[in-house]
Amino acid sequence: MPAKDSTSGTILIATILCVVCSLAVSAAAVALKPYQVENAKLDQKKNILDAAGIPKDELGKPASELTSKKIDSLYTWIEEKMVDLDTGQYNTEFDATTFSLEEQASNPKTSEPIVGDPYDNGEDRRPKTMKVFIVRHEGEGPIKQVVLPIYGKGLWGTLWGYLALKSDLETVQGITFYQHKETPGLGGEVDNPNWKSQWDGLKLYDDQGDPTAYVAKGPAPDDDPSAVDGLSGATITSRGVTALVQYWASEQGYGPFLETLKKQIEEEAAAAESPSSAGNATTKAGA
Amino acid sequence: MAKKTLDVLTDPVVNNNPITLQVLGICSALAVTTKMETSVVMAIAVIAVTGFSNLAVSAIRSFIPSSIRIIVQMCVIASLVIVVDQFLKAFLFDISKQLSVFVGLIITNCIVMGRAEGFAMKNSAGISFLDGIGNGLGYGFVLLVVAFFRELFGSGSLFGFTLLELDRNGGWYNPNGMMLLPPSAFFIIGMMIWVIRLNKPAQIEES
Repeated sequence: MPAKDSTSGTILIATILCVVCSLAVSAAAVALKPYQVENAKLDQKKNILDAAGIPKDELGKPASELTSKKIDSLYTWIEEKMVDLDTGQYNTEFDATTFSLEEQASNPKTSEPIVGDPYDNGEDRRPKTMKVFIVRHEGEGPIKQVVLPIYGKGLWGTLWGYLALKSDLETVQGITFYQHKETPGLGGEVDNPNWKSQWDGLKLYDDQGDPTAYVAKGPAPDDDPSAVDGLSGATITSRGVTALVQYWASEQGYGPFLETLKKQIEEEAAAAESPSSAGNATTKAGA
Repeated sequence: MAKKTLDVLTDPVVNNNPITLQVLGICSALAVTTKMETSVVMAIAVIAVTGFSNLAVSAIRSFIPSSIRIIVQMCVIASLVIVVDQFLKAFLFDISKQLSVFVGLIITNCIVMGRAEGFAMKNSAGISFLDGIGNGLGYGFVLLVVAFFRELFGSGSLFGFTLLELDRNGGWYNPNGMMLLPPSAFFIIGMMIWVIRLNKPAQIEES
């Protein structure tokens, strides 16, 4: 073995060290990967369920306090569907299980630029296809809610979350953010359950059908059914939340899809009402 | 000898605290101390990294060529930090989300590097390991004290349990928003240094 301070000795030691360190790092990464993927998936499910308010309605507590088994069983209420944002139609070719929003939104092939007028979520691109979540009570019967992924710029970075609408598709059920970089205690209060609970029953559109739900500056006016309290000390986060909710509710966001869904809900309701075609409705719900 | 071994472990907690006396590693102490929960996890992560990096560096110290010793230490520390980060992501997902980038930034924490270069390069593996754990404890101690005040006065809670009912949730306590911003940690650390030096005048630096 060469002397440790000679050039060859130095290179030898450096090489051995690099190999040992990289083996340790990759071993840890590979061995722990399954747990991490599991965690990420579970976290998404929790957020979707919380946005739809299912754990709270059914069991009286938020999804974070439930076991993963309970989460999985509640998640069977939810049907994952791919939607073309431009046309608003379902896209049956796209495999919903492999969809990754952040990947799709950044890849130029699968995304398109955001025009930013008149509604702007502050981001540059959005995916052409989005995964939406349709909620039926215990997985059958009429559509109860729809959960839509939403994102947009806050103060320090992008807020990623879900917006759940009630079956009239004009009233908000709930909102959650699963990833954001806002200041804890100020903009980070978008996670505050008390603040989020104000979104329940919020009017998303005005009489002209334009998106109108917004985060007020200061306390929300009592007579305004589309306002929630502002987050104190977090003007830019509040503005960002307003902008991103209105963007995704607009024609540029989920507008076309919500039209499609509205028709689907009406058709299903009509089919369920007329007894002769009741059989059809069940097959449809089952399909 | 037994007493000396114990000293290596306990000295850095108050007498030779890496943050309050050596003034190392302040940066991350400002960032992660808004909540007790994240501070505890961060403290454990740093204790693990300082302990094992000291152990590893000390174990191979006679083989390290002096010309690349800093890089070698860095490489060991960086690997350990990545492993710790992977563990947090696998088993403490919620907290790792809150700690985000700061676990990765343990790599740049001067305490880890400082102990590897200043202690582990000159001492045997066992005692270096204890020195690393001790310095990690010293860092953790400061973190917990700072987080205690910041969470209590900034969010009215400790470990997420509400102690002071906030006015925005219908209680009486109007939280101090500044406590949630990094500068408040500076003030608290400053006051800690003051209190410690009042009790231990030997730590006061000659001007």
